[in-house]
Amino acid sequence: MTQTAVPLPVDDRAAEPAPRRKRIALVASKGTLDQAYPPLILASTAVSMGWEAGIYFTFYGLDILHKDRFQKLKVASLANPSGPIQLPNALGAIPGATAAATKIMRKWMSDARMPTVPEFLQMNRELGVQFFACATTMGVMGVEESDLIDGSDIAGAAAFLDYAAEADVSLFV
Amino acid sequence: MTDTAHTKPSTELDLTDLDCTGLLCPLPVYKAALVLNQLEDGQLLRMVTTDPGALADIPAMARQRGDTLVEVVEEEGRQVFILKKGAGE
Repeated sequence: MTQTAVPLPVDDRAAEPAPRRKRIALVASKGTLDQAYPPLILASTAVSMGWEAGIYFTFYGLDILHKDRFQKLKVASLANPSGPIQLPNALGAIPGATAAATKIMRKWMSDARMPTVPEFLQMNRELGVQFFACATTMGVMGVEESDLIDGSDIAGAAAFLDYAAEADVSLFV
Repeated sequence: MTDTAHTKPSTELDLTDLDCTGLLCPLPVYKAALVLNQLEDGQLLRMVTTDPGALADIPAMARQRGDTLVEVVEEEGRQVFILKKGAGE
């Protein structure tokens, strides 16, 4: 079997390099409604300040990029002592408790005029935030590329660390 | 979220107004950046905020972007910032 060499990308940047922008590399590892906000807020703020920003969505965090799931993220009512409804775990497990906690969190956000997660995703996309989808999570959880919102870059740990190695700020959420 | 309905250019002063009252982080910074990105160096943005975090956030944004914070006025329950696009003279 013969192999064809793949040509390397041509570096067509001008001889005069643009001034280097600061960069933030974020990991979004949680798929609950409340925990979807921090990485999206930090990334949109960073780009608004002229930085580059990338978010690596891994494990449950990949739900934030999942077309069928990012509009349905929930707040846990169980084992969440700081949540919108503060119930003993025995009650937090009753049917409907998670839905109630989610509804209250949505109302808090709406009353505070905060964008929804879908709106934040759209803002981040328009700002040019790079979305990395964890390839291992996709394999483990059976997520296909077509399940992800457009513009998600499938990447493993090495590719994300290559991006993060050039970052000034790296945070794990 | 990219609407600029709250902005109105005032050509005689070369100053753009942005109303961010009632908005929390990150929206004042996000909206200010959308306006500042459209301005030429030296043009002014006047923004009004009520988010208590804005007193720290807007100067930080200006420093990170390389824009100039010209003036901050704290009024009752709100803050008024004058920003100039670019590092200035």
